[in-house]
Amino acid sequence: MANLGERVLAGDIRAASRLIRNLEDGIPDTDLIMKDIFLKTGKSHVIGITGAPGAGKSTLTDELIAAFRKKDRSVGVMAVDPSSPFTGGAILGDRIRMMRHAEDKKVFVRSMASRGNMGGLSKAVGESIHVMDVLGQEVIIVETCGVGQQEVDIINHAHTVIVVLVPGMGDEVQALKAGLMEIADIFVINKADRDGAGKLYKEVLSVIEMSSRNCGGDGWTIPVLMVESVLEPHKFAASVAALGEKIEEHHQYLVANNLIEARIRNKTAAELNEALWASIMQPVLNELNAEGEFEMMVDQLMKRHIDPYTLAREIAGRYMKRSPCGDGSSADQS
Amino acid sequence: MSRKLRVLIAKPGLDGHDRGAKVLARAFRDEGYEVIYTGCHQTPEMIAAVAIQEDVDLVGLSCLSGAHNYLFPQVTRLLKEEGADDIVVMGGGIIPEQDHAALHEAGIAAIFGPGTPLDAITGWINDNVKPRD
Repeated sequence: MANLGERVLAGDIRAASRLIRNLEDGIPDTDLIMKDIFLKTGKSHVIGITGAPGAGKSTLTDELIAAFRKKDRSVGVMAVDPSSPFTGGAILGDRIRMMRHAEDKKVFVRSMASRGNMGGLSKAVGESIHVMDVLGQEVIIVETCGVGQQEVDIINHAHTVIVVLVPGMGDEVQALKAGLMEIADIFVINKADRDGAGKLYKEVLSVIEMSSRNCGGDGWTIPVLMVESVLEPHKFAASVAALGEKIEEHHQYLVANNLIEARIRNKTAAELNEALWASIMQPVLNELNAEGEFEMMVDQLMKRHIDPYTLAREIAGRYMKRSPCGDGSSADQS
Repeated sequence: MSRKLRVLIAKPGLDGHDRGAKVLARAFRDEGYEVIYTGCHQTPEMIAAVAIQEDVDLVGLSCLSGAHNYLFPQVTRLLKEEGADDIVVMGGGIIPEQDHAALHEAGIAAIFGPGTPLDAITGWINDNVKPRD
């Protein structure tokens, strides 16, 4: 296992892809590899691309890769597609749009299934970003599943969030709603040749003008970029190149104003949470399950012989040096 | 947690007949595999690179253009060069019987032609391809 970490640190793509898979599959002791990797991360600019299914996220990602490669930046891509709630299987098709970069050694694309995660990403995305970071990908693009209004997990992972909209998805009230419409650092109106693009542009602009984030938030004025049809390749490439410039500008803005760390603080806190869960709760649960005790406790609860709160305190008392119950004065510290 | 089987479905060469590849991708999804689909007109180099980046266990190649005797062995050769010949490669499409032996020799583990029931293919995979540890 340690060998895998060394290979990743030496830039081995195959090892990196395997490590990402171990993270996805929840293979035990992967934390022993990640601990060496974590300390070397934090160099990449992470860009989130989110929007409805079919909005053009993958095609946009492909052209963005090209734009960044023109500037000789190495690019990592994590493209998430949904897992079946019935079979657990998935068709990961984002890559179809990006195949022209397949042989470019400085582009590493990894498809990921959401595996039941509801926020538009896979649970493994956060740690996988670290893997791509340590591989030396200067830019990491995370393309979410096609999302609705409230799958906004991407804000916990990306420095720069791009929300991709297309004309014809509803009236201006849709643009006023909470959730997805609030998280953009940059709006893209894709397929701008279509009817209604101009109207959507105005609606989004008026929402931004009303937004407190724009006026009193981090001070960044959220731009709205029109991206031309992919059927007109030159116009399309030019508008995505402009998007690439805006992305860089946003990154520079975050750096210049010391806002980068605030962006990633939530993610870092969540990582600590998950690590605590994995090292404390998971072993306890494993032990309870191995002895069959967990099911026996459920039986007791079903018969109303005892309540879950007393049981939980009893078990906590077994494992924790300092009792979590105490005299009750610490109840609000949970 | 358990390993999930990851499969790459790819169409090498100048061949736009992707119905079969799509039907298989869908059948594999329903079988619980994670399927990466790359679309048509891929070079063996692209396919090998993607197989490695995606850490797949199995590559399914589909070819109806008649160029399988060149394209399929190229993929297995490139994977071997990258030290990735633990990835199983299978083929399908219009592959005449007389070509099978040479393809097997070149490392194509199984070949499925038109009319093969989907569960014959998933059955073969379930028996012969395990997620690599």
